[in-house]
Amino acid sequence: MSKLSQRHLLGIKDITRQDIELIFETAANFKDVINRPIKKVPSLRDVTIANIFFENSTRTRLSFELAERRLSADVVNFSASGSSVKKGETLLDTVNNILAMKVDMVVMRHASAGAPHFLSKHIKANIVNAGDGTHEHPTQALLDSFSIREKLGGVEGKKIAIIGDILHSRVALSNIFALKKLGAEVMVCGPSTLIPKFISTLGVKVELEVQKALEWCDVANVLRIQLERQQLKYFPSLREYTLYYGITKKILDDLNKEIVLMHPGPINRGVELTSDAADSHHSIILDQVENGVAVRMAVLYLLASAA
Amino acid sequence: MQKKLILDSKQLDITLSRLCQQLIENHSDFSNCVILGLQPRGIFLAELIHQKLKSLKVNVPLGYLDTTFHRDDFRRRETPAKAYETKVNFAIEGKDVVLIDDVLFTGRTVRAALDAMISFGRPSKVELLVLVDRKSTRDLPIAADYVGKSVDTLDTQRVLVELEAQGYKQNKIWLINKDNHVKA
Repeated sequence: MSKLSQRHLLGIKDITRQDIELIFETAANFKDVINRPIKKVPSLRDVTIANIFFENSTRTRLSFELAERRLSADVVNFSASGSSVKKGETLLDTVNNILAMKVDMVVMRHASAGAPHFLSKHIKANIVNAGDGTHEHPTQALLDSFSIREKLGGVEGKKIAIIGDILHSRVALSNIFALKKLGAEVMVCGPSTLIPKFISTLGVKVELEVQKALEWCDVANVLRIQLERQQLKYFPSLREYTLYYGITKKILDDLNKEIVLMHPGPINRGVELTSDAADSHHSIILDQVENGVAVRMAVLYLLASAA
Repeated sequence: MQKKLILDSKQLDITLSRLCQQLIENHSDFSNCVILGLQPRGIFLAELIHQKLKSLKVNVPLGYLDTTFHRDDFRRRETPAKAYETKVNFAIEGKDVVLIDDVLFTGRTVRAALDAMISFGRPSKVELLVLVDRKSTRDLPIAADYVGKSVDTLDTQRVLVELEAQGYKQNKIWLINKDNHVKA
């Protein structure tokens, strides 16, 4: 009998290895549940959850909503477009108004780093960070590690390369925290302009050549170029990025080794991954999506039960 | 803490034999029957029954059923209940199901089990087999069809089932007087 050390899931940085392992054990049970003819359990039937998305999302939002509904929670959805946020309401006022309608948990995505941390200091409900700016995206990192564990039997000692736009990626940062806590070796790879200056202080290797990174790793987690967050020109053109950092099936096959290809989505086919690579036998991209629901069910279940 | 022995290894063996004979009496060839052990402790008893039936030339499918996500005390206890594996590799639709648990106390686990079981289909009939039936402690209108041993207990007492399969030296069932024991 154990429980999480935290009331909220704000970031992987704040939780312990024991927390992560408890989430994985629980997620394995939920994965079994969602593969049954009846995919629903009544655990959270007296819990109301608000999904508050100030930033666009399809996968994460759908995944959270499915997880919530399969736990029998009551769900309300909120997106910033078409809401009073446009009329000038503050974040705290918006959330307090939602909570006044007796909501127990908040799943929030926000464009500003630290927004869920700010909220956690002012409200009672449990908060799950579904991505805050370029900071953290904890459930994505959990499902990535869970998928690696499922595919390779464990995370400890495995070599993981995170390839692409590291600078703007909350997935990269959360993944680094999770993988390091679980005892993996981590490398980041990308154009030097897209690698933060102090990233090596997190204990990760830095590699600028994608070929070398692929030769080194057991798992390649490939990220999207986040053009929407780039105000500067970090590289001359997407075409040039693809020439130097694009991964094809041929590159993967020519490595002559078992390599696992991951991507948190959405994929820009033909940019960071070619279609034949994304759909190849190396890829576990759709397993990641399936595991996402199970992992989010585990997180919600464990947080709700500690209320 | 005082302990009183309810069943020793030899008595337990006789009791299990009787329970198996009763099952055979009611299910004859077991062609439409499956047994489900309730996680976490009922599965050991279910395994014992399964083995004993096998030695009596009866083969019946055995599964494990976890009730954690169907419990009614979620958010009412200090720590979340730990989930265990559910292993039901056969259809339950239209079957006669025998649920097996070690101790029947408040009946809440059995209620959760009925709920959890329905996720796998609609059985034609459900029965309950327990090793120890604690009389007059039920919170719900639930009764066992097959009872190993019926005992009078207080809410403050606890029944401890020690089985070799769980890593104990000998099969023994105890009644324990526990000070300040809070009803689970």
